[in-house]
Amino acid sequence: MDSLGPELATYLSIAWLLPLVGFVIEVMNGFGQWNRLSRKAALLAIACIGTGFLFSSYAFCRWGTETNWAVFAEHESHDGHASVLDNPKEVGHDHHAENKSAVPLAYSGKFYTLAKFGNLELSLDYYIDSLTLLMFCMVTFIATCIHVFAVGYMSDELTIEYVDHHAHDSHGHHVHRLGRFYRFFSFLSLFCFAMLGLVIAGNIFQVFVFWELVGICSFLLIGFYTERKSANVAANKAFIVNRVGDFGFIIGLMILWTYCGTFNFTEYKSGETMKPGLFEMVRTAEGELTYTDDTHETVALHTSNEHGHWVAPQGESTKRRTIPYMLLVVAGLGVFGGCIGKSAQFPLQTWLPDAMEGPTPVSALVHSATMVAAGVYLAARFFPVFTSEVLLAIAYTGCITLFVAATIAVVATDIKKVLAYSTISQLGYMMLAIGLGGWAAGLFHLITHAFFKSLMFLASGAVIYGCHHEQEMPKMGGLFKKMPITALTMLVGVIAIAGLAIPGTPIAFSGYHSKDAIVATALAYTQHNPVHFLLFMTPLVTAGITAFYMFRLWFYTFTGTPRDEHVYEHAHEVPKVMFVPLLVLSVLAAGCAIGGEHGQLFKMISLSEPVGLAEGVPASGVAQVTLPSHDDIHAVHSTAGVVALLAASLGTLTAFLLYCKPVVKPENIKNQFPGLHNFLVEKWYFDDLYEALFIRPSHAVARWATGFDRLILDGILHGAAKSTVIVSAIDRKFDEGFVDGIVNLVGNTTRRFGYSLRVFQTGQIRQYVMFIAVSVVALFAVLFALLPKA
Amino acid sequence: MEAVSLNSLLWVGAVLFVCGVICMTTKRNAIGVLIGVELVLNGANLNFVAFSRYSPLALDGQVAAIFVIVLAAAEAAVALAIAMNFYNCHLSIDVDRGDELHG
Repeated sequence: MDSLGPELATYLSIAWLLPLVGFVIEVMNGFGQWNRLSRKAALLAIACIGTGFLFSSYAFCRWGTETNWAVFAEHESHDGHASVLDNPKEVGHDHHAENKSAVPLAYSGKFYTLAKFGNLELSLDYYIDSLTLLMFCMVTFIATCIHVFAVGYMSDELTIEYVDHHAHDSHGHHVHRLGRFYRFFSFLSLFCFAMLGLVIAGNIFQVFVFWELVGICSFLLIGFYTERKSANVAANKAFIVNRVGDFGFIIGLMILWTYCGTFNFTEYKSGETMKPGLFEMVRTAEGELTYTDDTHETVALHTSNEHGHWVAPQGESTKRRTIPYMLLVVAGLGVFGGCIGKSAQFPLQTWLPDAMEGPTPVSALVHSATMVAAGVYLAARFFPVFTSEVLLAIAYTGCITLFVAATIAVVATDIKKVLAYSTISQLGYMMLAIGLGGWAAGLFHLITHAFFKSLMFLASGAVIYGCHHEQEMPKMGGLFKKMPITALTMLVGVIAIAGLAIPGTPIAFSGYHSKDAIVATALAYTQHNPVHFLLFMTPLVTAGITAFYMFRLWFYTFTGTPRDEHVYEHAHEVPKVMFVPLLVLSVLAAGCAIGGEHGQLFKMISLSEPVGLAEGVPASGVAQVTLPSHDDIHAVHSTAGVVALLAASLGTLTAFLLYCKPVVKPENIKNQFPGLHNFLVEKWYFDDLYEALFIRPSHAVARWATGFDRLILDGILHGAAKSTVIVSAIDRKFDEGFVDGIVNLVGNTTRRFGYSLRVFQTGQIRQYVMFIAVSVVALFAVLFALLPKA
Repeated sequence: MEAVSLNSLLWVGAVLFVCGVICMTTKRNAIGVLIGVELVLNGANLNFVAFSRYSPLALDGQVAAIFVIVLAAAEAAVALAIAMNFYNCHLSIDVDRGDELHG
């Protein structure tokens, strides 16, 4: 049993590192061995991620057989969890006899120590629980499907001259460039590596590192068609908006490091001693905070180990550490800020729709199924550190997001934009669930959403491919006849996300179960906290809107009469390499959540649920909210299921009546409410608001800065240069006039003197003799005259 | 026999010297100039010889005089060679014609 942790870590790290190997080879184009027409990059990428999936699955199976699949055993679903949860963080060693059969919930350990600064250790750790295993299987599986799909979708890049019809050079001609097939797959591999690293990470710092790495991959992939200005802008936007969130993330990290002195999630070995991780420090084994006094202003951290439990040292111990409650809230909000950016939550949701500039497989993998879900994953992973105030903030953020995004999706006409807004909306659902204490429900939705949303994105990619890069739905219509497989698989996804089911039978697609779980949590939550009734009403209404806009998309695209003859004429079904992943994914999108909250998937997730949630959490802190217990949620489950289904059916019916068998023309409604329509088309004016609030001011500041640079700094520089020139000119005059003058004067005088002496040099010997004689006589005369007489 | 006084000897030497100088400066003929040079040398020689009477050995002045005579002989040989070359160049031995070194 003890060896299971390292064993799982080995399998998962193989799955994690294989894409990195693939990336290194692919990005160098097979060390220069492949040409632009070679598919080897794709094959290598698929081999890496596919092998990764096999290893993940094997790790999953090892985990299951080692625990005798106890988690799926049919006995008393709720109490079963509770008994396991009684003794939560038994990392590898059992203290309690009654837990002999129970599964250790999490394995953690260290791969490698990167650096050590005093007490702070930066290391590569792993933290493996059932959620990690599930995420690994999900990510690698979906990534494999999408890689296969991308082989078909990106096949037009297999050329040495790719003509980009959306990009123009300065003369207005289409841009011609080399095909970038291998580059695309190298980026995908890098992304897989980063995403898996994020999932397996055992400390928050490591999460941050891979968090940024997936951000970079997202940037690279959004800007894949780098010649298109829109792609560049979208890539920058995604990156910059994410920086805003990451700023909060860093603040959270700094607070936690300052007060807790560690980044690790759970207890870890430092030298020979065990030290507590963040989770043990903040929460007791029962999942509660320990306060130093009754005012609840300071939280005591559990730093000393007594009988296998981490407790706060009593009295004035030197080892006593505390953190102000307020700062714990700020740290939680900060980390959640990172999640807001990454998961495109309100108010940072604006980057995700623009990110659809990337190739569609990227939208499917990065911007719907995995990377954007990383925010939700982190929020879930970090749940023990969040206080009730933070949870309330998460809930309201999710609530606002899901509604806003859904309303915008109703009027969007770009097939990918609709899916993008629906992604934002669904991520809002997940966040909402986590904020409401429906931890497992949120992650349940994360997994199911990953399947059906990647399915729909790939289907939309197939439509776009089939229609020769036409993305506008008003130009489609009636495509069912042309591409039936795509249409049917898309329909599976649409039904799944809409949450339709046949009441009274177990026939229901995955989205029904997961959304149901969230709505049930919301209902139970509002029963305990009636003041927050919006947290139930909004998701319920939005469930209807979701069904409406998803079916609108489907009817708009696949049924009715063709609206653009040209597009329709040339539309065709996609090749096998593209529709096989669609079929595989549609099976999982429909069936991955079989059994709902009694099914394997949900049980698996529940096993990783933070301690104390099952019994509910009583009101505390400023927020004064009560989190519902599992029993509470279970009690209202059928009610919630009925109302959610009702809402979804209503939405579907409306879409059917408007777009399939039009009893009312959508245009009429549009003309009836031009203001509202415009408001939604303009995306609630968020982009304009940010334009006015941040972009214009920053442009203004930039202009001021430029002006300051140009006028003051350049002025000083130019002034300095000018005065130097002037001083040099003066210096030159002095040199030329005075110094040279003296030298010339000496020269000229010497010269003139020489000339004056020339006349004596007559060449007449007789004169010379004469001179000598006269001179001698004169010398004598002078000597006789002047010398004193002896 | 009463010795001739030093003064008289010096006067003769001086007159010889002046005659030589005047000869050098006035004669345009190169040979005349050479003769002037001989007179100057001999004027000086006379001084050597005259002063030698007053030195302890009475020889040094006379040795110097002999050196001067030898020198004069050598000089005359060289000077005549110069005169020949001068003539080759100017077809005359008029020293005033040889003013190529004028400034």
